[in-house]
Amino acid sequence: MKTISLGKVRDTIKDIVQKANFDLQDDVLALIKKMQAKEESPTGKEVLRQILENAKIAREEKIPLCQDTGLAVFFVELGEDVKLQKECGLFSLRHAINEGVRAGYAEGYLRNSVVGDPLQRNNTGDNTPAFIHWELVPGDTFKVTFIAKGAGAENMSAVRMFAPADGIESIEDFVVETVDKAGPNACPPVIVGVGLGGNFEYSTLLSKKALLRRPVGSHNRDKFYAQMERRLLERINNLGIGPQGLGGRCTALAVHVETFPCHIASMPAAVNIQCHSHRVIRIVI
Amino acid sequence: MAEYCIETPVTDEFIEKLRVGDYLYITGNLYTGRDSAHKKLIELIKKGKGLPFDLKGQFIYYVGSTPPRPGKPIGSAGPTTSYRMDLYASKLYSLGIKGTIGKGCRSKEVKESLKKYKAVYLAAIGGVGALISKSIEKAEIIAYPELGPEAIYRLKVKDFPSIVINDIYGGDLYEEGKRQYKNIFTKGLM
Repeated sequence: MKTISLGKVRDTIKDIVQKANFDLQDDVLALIKKMQAKEESPTGKEVLRQILENAKIAREEKIPLCQDTGLAVFFVELGEDVKLQKECGLFSLRHAINEGVRAGYAEGYLRNSVVGDPLQRNNTGDNTPAFIHWELVPGDTFKVTFIAKGAGAENMSAVRMFAPADGIESIEDFVVETVDKAGPNACPPVIVGVGLGGNFEYSTLLSKKALLRRPVGSHNRDKFYAQMERRLLERINNLGIGPQGLGGRCTALAVHVETFPCHIASMPAAVNIQCHSHRVIRIVI
Repeated sequence: MAEYCIETPVTDEFIEKLRVGDYLYITGNLYTGRDSAHKKLIELIKKGKGLPFDLKGQFIYYVGSTPPRPGKPIGSAGPTTSYRMDLYASKLYSLGIKGTIGKGCRSKEVKESLKKYKAVYLAAIGGVGALISKSIEKAEIIAYPELGPEAIYRLKVKDFPSIVINDIYGGDLYEEGKRQYKNIFTKGLM
């Protein structure tokens, strides 16, 4: 049995929401540098150079990488043997995470990008609520993955319910079409998360989980899906969209596919697009 | 592709010179506006009321910056996706706006308005808001402070970098750039 205090959870969340928005992580930087060397378009090369310069300024001066500091999205893996200690007026794990977001976004001068109601649209003023996906796991582990998810790329994402007979070609066409349609709107070079299988809601969750794979650009352990990722990346990087949609090679930095069992009559496929400002941090408390 | 250093407000004669792919370094004032601010501006126009700033010859920058740290004029301040303002853009062009700055594709209607009212659509590089903030010297709210990051600001900018995506001659840099490289990659055409 491990005991974790909610105060510590809040303080950790407060730190990582800021760190993610100021420090583009090394795996993302390395991939952008690699693509910069490969980029055939001079304009595309210049865009990638500016992305790297921006990352340097953001890190040194603590100015957010992007003004859209995102919805605060969390994937929490909570061990069944973890005991949560209530303190500092924090009455639940959800409360502690939300307090961490509230404090971190204020302290880091991050933007409040949440409206409290989809149609009446009043800003909640503190970037809460956080969007939390819970997973109960065996043991006493407590892992949190944070992703600051901006709207530009999120708005270009898609889900489709295929029939099993449609086959892999139709699904690959759908992924490529979704990136093609997104074009310059999603701030390419993008990272493409693909969720295959599950059901309607689970496929979309998988597609977001796919974005969280580290290092970015590594492949699925299953060779079949690793090959699929390579094929998709090659097709996407032949579309001509290029960095910022101004023409060029590097439309996507990576394609990650994640899968799950599904119904005998279903073949759900979801595509979650992420912009080049891929702000993800994973920690173990 | 030409490069221009210009000061706002601009004239029709200047807009006529611009072609897709030209680089513009803007000095002077930019006015910010996103979804909610545009909705409010259009309501004012419909009611025949006065607007918070004179539109003639000005540029609107689609941005909602992060708050400034103490002593800084502004936080991160890159462009937001422009299509969300498509519904409102033509009306503003018809009343004298000479350019809008954002990222991403515009509707057919907006592109037609550019020809009709002699205006351009410009892109700033998306996702480099820390870098772009270096060209902004001052930011003051001139309307709708209650909208928070969506309020209308007057930004004082110096050599603000942008690129012409759509000109008054029907050109579209996104379409041209994509076509050029797609041909190279898939057909080996240069």
